[in-house]
Amino acid sequence: MAAESPLLLSLVEEFVSGLQDTKAKDTATGVKDGQFTVLQLVEALGQSLTSSQPHTRARGVQLLSEVLQDNYGALTEREVELLLAFYENRLKDHYVITPPVLRGLLALTKSRKLPPGSAVSMLRSVFQDVHVQSLMLAERACVYNMLINLMESREDELKGLGADFVFGFVQSMDGERDPRNLLLAFQIAGNIVLRGYSMGKFTEELFEVTSCYFPIDFSPPPNDPHGITKEELIQALRAVLTGTPKFAEFLLPLIIEKLDSDVQSAKLDSLQTLAASVGQYEHRDLAEFLEGLWSSLRREVFQTSSEKIEAAALTAVTALTSCLSRSVLNSDSEDSLSSFLVLVLRDCKHHLFEPDLKLVWPSAKLLQASCSASYRAAHSITSAVVPPLVEQYNSRTQCSDRRTLLEVAQRFIQSTASCQSVDHGEERVCLTADSLCSLVFSALSESNSSLQITAASVLTSLAQQPGLLLDSDIELAVDHLTRLLLTDEDERVSAAVVECAGALAEQHPAAFITKLIPTLKKEIESSALRSHHAVRQRCLSALAAVSIRASVVMESAPVLLDVLCSAHADPNCFSVDEVARTCLSLQRIAERVQDGEDTSRCFHDVVVPRLLSLALQAALQSDGSSDHRSPLVEEEVLSAMVPVISTACSRLKTFAEQTASRVVSLFLDGDVSFLPDNSFPLHVQLLQDSSWRQTQLVCLLMACVCSLPRSVALPQEERLLSELEELSCSCRHPLSYTSAAKCFAGLVNKKPQGASERQVFGVIKRVSSELDRPSSPLRTQAFTLLIWVAKALLLRYHPLFSALTDKLFSLLDDALLGPMAADSFSLLMSDSADVLNRGCHADLRIMYRQRFFSENSAKLVQGFNAAPQEKKANYLKALSNIVNKLPKQVQVSELPALLSLLLEALTCTDEGVQLSTLSCLQPVLINPPQVLIQQLEALVSRLLALIGSPAMKIRVASIRCVLALSCFPAHEVLPFRSRVLRALAPPLDDRKRLVRREAVQARAEWFLLGSPGGR
Amino acid sequence: MSGGVQLENANPVIFQRSVDRMLTASEEDEDVHDPIDDREIFLIRSINDPEHPLSLEELNVVEQVRQVNDTESTVSVEFTPTIPHCSMATLIGLSIKVKLLRSLPDRFKIDVHITPGTHASEEANKQLADKERVAAALENSSLLEVVNQCLS
Repeated sequence: MAAESPLLLSLVEEFVSGLQDTKAKDTATGVKDGQFTVLQLVEALGQSLTSSQPHTRARGVQLLSEVLQDNYGALTEREVELLLAFYENRLKDHYVITPPVLRGLLALTKSRKLPPGSAVSMLRSVFQDVHVQSLMLAERACVYNMLINLMESREDELKGLGADFVFGFVQSMDGERDPRNLLLAFQIAGNIVLRGYSMGKFTEELFEVTSCYFPIDFSPPPNDPHGITKEELIQALRAVLTGTPKFAEFLLPLIIEKLDSDVQSAKLDSLQTLAASVGQYEHRDLAEFLEGLWSSLRREVFQTSSEKIEAAALTAVTALTSCLSRSVLNSDSEDSLSSFLVLVLRDCKHHLFEPDLKLVWPSAKLLQASCSASYRAAHSITSAVVPPLVEQYNSRTQCSDRRTLLEVAQRFIQSTASCQSVDHGEERVCLTADSLCSLVFSALSESNSSLQITAASVLTSLAQQPGLLLDSDIELAVDHLTRLLLTDEDERVSAAVVECAGALAEQHPAAFITKLIPTLKKEIESSALRSHHAVRQRCLSALAAVSIRASVVMESAPVLLDVLCSAHADPNCFSVDEVARTCLSLQRIAERVQDGEDTSRCFHDVVVPRLLSLALQAALQSDGSSDHRSPLVEEEVLSAMVPVISTACSRLKTFAEQTASRVVSLFLDGDVSFLPDNSFPLHVQLLQDSSWRQTQLVCLLMACVCSLPRSVALPQEERLLSELEELSCSCRHPLSYTSAAKCFAGLVNKKPQGASERQVFGVIKRVSSELDRPSSPLRTQAFTLLIWVAKALLLRYHPLFSALTDKLFSLLDDALLGPMAADSFSLLMSDSADVLNRGCHADLRIMYRQRFFSENSAKLVQGFNAAPQEKKANYLKALSNIVNKLPKQVQVSELPALLSLLLEALTCTDEGVQLSTLSCLQPVLINPPQVLIQQLEALVSRLLALIGSPAMKIRVASIRCVLALSCFPAHEVLPFRSRVLRALAPPLDDRKRLVRREAVQARAEWFLLGSPGGR
Repeated sequence: MSGGVQLENANPVIFQRSVDRMLTASEEDEDVHDPIDDREIFLIRSINDPEHPLSLEELNVVEQVRQVNDTESTVSVEFTPTIPHCSMATLIGLSIKVKLLRSLPDRFKIDVHITPGTHASEEANKQLADKERVAAALENSSLLEVVNQCLS
C-alpha cells in the first residue's frame, strides 16, 4: 500500500467535515496530475464511508463521485468493477446517499473499460432500488443520461435485458414534467423504438407514457436560459410516436381524437404527426381507422380555419394515399387503396357538380391531394372525375363557372404530373388528354378573356407533360394560339398566349417552325403597310417567347433581323420604338437559349455581324443625307442593340472569342471583311474623332469586349485601351465618350492584378490635370472617365481606388461639377445594366458597397462639417445616394449614427435629396431604433412639413413615412396624434390620386391609434 | 360583438374581389389634376363585416351604386344588407359613414343609405342621416370600438 499523503487526508477532511465544496475540485486535480490514485482516495475516505452518520457517508460518496467525474477515463477495468459493486450496494443505503451515488454511476457509464455484464447489473439495481420520479430534477437527468450513455456503448447487453429494460424505463419516466428531462426521455424512447429493442408486452405502456404529452403545449418562460423550444419537443416526441408501426393501433385513434380539438396548434401537430407516421405503416395498420381518419381530414379541409391547417391536412391525405398504394396486397386482404378512394370519391366528387359550385375548391383539393400520391390513385381518380368534369363544362353556360371548372381541371393535370410513372404513362394519356384538349380548344374559341387566359394556362400545363399531347392536338393548339395572337386585343390574353406558346415550343418545336413563325413573319411584313402597332408588338414578343430550342432560333432570329434590315432600308415603315423592341426580342432569345454549338454559331456568325453591319451602314450613310435618317443611328436603338451583343458574348461562349477579335480589328483597323452586305469603304476609322454617328458605335464595341469571360484574351488590348482613353477624353458627343469610358473601365476591371496600374496612373494624371483647369471645356469628359474607372476599381477592391475616391470627394466642393459628383455616387453604388455586372463576368467582390460605406462615411461627415453652407447640399445628396443603395440590414444598423445628418437632409431644399432621404428613412421606421424615438419631435415636424411639398413623389414618400410612424410604440407617438391628423387633412384633397390614396391609408391608421378597438 | 355564437347569416354567398386600379401614366404626371371619382370611394370595400372575416366587397354589400360629384362636393353611397332582416345594417352603415368621414376632405357632404327595398326597416336611414346621432354614436366608446374593428 502506498503511503497516504497528508495532503490527501487533509483534503478529504476539509471536504467531508469542513463542508468545503471547492476541495473536491482540488482532489480531482490531484488525481489527474498523479499526486495520488483513486485507490488512495478510497482508502483515505475509509472513515467517512463507514461512518454511522448518513450525511457523512453521503459527503464521502459525493467526493468520490466528483473525483470520478473528472477521471473516469483513467480507471482500469478492475477498478471500474469494484467501484460499480460499491455503488450498486450504496443504492440500498439511506436516501440522502442516492444522489451522489447516481452521479458516480453516471461517471462510470462513460468509462470505456466497463466490464461486460455490468450494464445489466447496474440498470437492474437502479430500476430496483431507485424511484426515479421522487428524485430531484438533476438526479433524474442523471438516470436518463446513464441510460443514453449505456445505449450508445452497450446496446447488445441492454437488448439482452428484453422487455424488462423497457418496463424499467417506462417506470422511471412515468410522470416526468421538466422539459429538459423530457427531451432526454424522448431521446431514449426514440432509441428504443428506432433501434429495435424488444418491447414485448410493454408496447402499449411505452406508448402511453410518451403519448400523454401529445400534443405538446409548452411556452418557454421569458429569458429562458436553457433555450428549449416547443418545436424541439414536438420533433422529439414525433420521432418516438411515428417511429414504429407497432404504435399504429394506439396512435391513430389518438390523432382522430386530437383532430377534434379546438386548439389550432394541436390540430396542426396531429396532422403533421399523421403524415410523418404513415410513412412507416402498411395498409393493415391503417385499415380499421381509415374511415375515421378520412372524416376528420375531410372536415379540416371543408371547414378550414387556416391555410396552414388545410395544407397540413392535404399533405396528410397524400401521405395516407401513398402509404395505401405502396403496400403489397395478399390474396386474402381487400384492396384498401380502392376502398379508401371510394370513400374520397363518394364525399368529394358530387361537390364538383353541384349547381352552386360552393365546395368545389376544397373537394378538388382533396381529390388532387390523393391524386398526386401514386399512379394508381391518379388513374382511378382521374378516370372517375375528368369525364364528368368535361361533361359538366359543356353543360354550363356561365363563363365564371366554366372558368372554375377549367381551373379545377388544370389542378388535376398538375397533380398527376408529380406521379408520372414511366411504364404506365401512355395509358393515362388516352384517358384524359383527348377530352381535356377539346375542352381547352373550345374555351380558347370563346370570347371571354378570362376564360381564354385560363385555357391558355391549362394548355401550358398539358404541354409541360411530355407525351401527353398528340401531334394533331399540337397543330390545332398552334392554330388557336396564332389566331389569338393576331386578333385578340386584350393585353392579358396575349401575355398568357405568349407564355403558353413558349411552353409548347419548348416541347414541340416542329409545329412552331412550320406554322407559327411563317405566319408571324408574313404578318409583320404585311402589317408594316397598315402600320398596325399592337399586332406587330405581339408578334415580336411571341417570336422571342417560342425561341428556346436551337432549331426554332435558327428560324426566328432571321425574321427579327429582317425587320431591322427593312427598318434601315425604309425608315418610315417601322418606328424607332418598334426597332428597339425588335432588339429586345433578340436579347430575350439570347438570354433564354441553351448555350450550344448551333445557337452560338447562329448568334456569332449571323446575328452579331448583321447587327454591326446594319449599324455601320446607317452610320456611314446618314453622314451624307440628313433628311433620310435611319432609325439605327438613334441612341435608343443602339442602346437596345448593346444587350443583344453583350448577352451573346457573355452567355454563348463557344464562338465568343472569334467575334471579339473580329470586332476589335473592325474598330482598330477598319477591317470589315467579316460583315455581310460588304459594300463599305476600306478604311473606316471608328475610334478617331470623326463624326458622332461613327464614334457612338463604340457602345457596340463595349457590348462585345466588356462581356467576355475573363479567360478570353483580347488581341491588341493595350492599343485598344489607349485609343479608348483618347476618345473618352477628347470626344464631345455624350454617348460616345460615356461608352468609351465604360468600355475602358470594363476592360480595366478584368485585367489581372498588377497589369493595370500603368493605365490607371496614366488616367489619373490626365484626368486630374484636366479637372484642375476650371476653364477646360473637356472637364465633363474627364469626370465621366474618372467615375467609371473608379467604379471598375471599387468593384474589385483595387488598392488604387482610394486615390480616386479622394479626387471624387474633393470635387464635391467644385462649383460646376459638385452636383454632378454628388449624383455620381449613386452610379458608383448601383449595378450598371450594360457593363461591370455579374452577367458580364466582371470582377465583382461581395459587399463592396458596405466596404465603400464604412471606409468613406466618416470622410463624408467630416467634409459636410467643413464645407461652406452652399456646398452642404452636395454632401447630403452624396450621402443619401450612398445610403440608399446599401442593403436594408446595413441601413438599419448604420443609420442611427447618421441620423442627425439625415434629419438635416430633410430640410435641404433640393428635391432629389429630400426624396432619397425619405426612401432611406422609410425602411428604418418600420423597426425604429431607440435614437430615432428620441428625435421624434424633429422627425415628425420635418415630415409634416414635406407633406406640403410641390413634388408629388415627395408628398407620397413623406406620407408613407408618416404611416410608418403610426406603428411606433403607442405611448411615444400618441402625443402627436391630433397634429398628424390635422396635417393629413389637406392631402385628402390633393390634386393627385396617388397622394390621396396614401393620405387616406395613413390617416385611417392614425385614427385607430389610441382609439378603442384600434391599436 | 352582439352577433355572438349564432350568426344570422351563417353561410353568405361570397363574391370575387376586384383588382386594384391600374396605375396610369396620367396619374404619375404631376401636371394632371385627378378628380375624386366613384372608384376612389370604393375604398369602403375593404371594411370588414361585423359578423364574418370577409370584406363588404366580398359580400357584395356595397354594390356599384356610388355617386361622387367632385365639383359639387357630394357623395352618395347605397349599401345592401346580405339579408333583409340583418340587424347589423345600421352598424355597417355607420362604419361606411365613418370611413368616408375620415378619408374625404371635409368639403364633402356624405350621404349613406340602404338600397331601397332591400331591408325590412329603413329606420337605419334616418339614423345615418342625422348628424347629431352619428356624432353621439361615436362618443360611445364601445360602439366606436366595434366600428374601429370593422375599419382595421
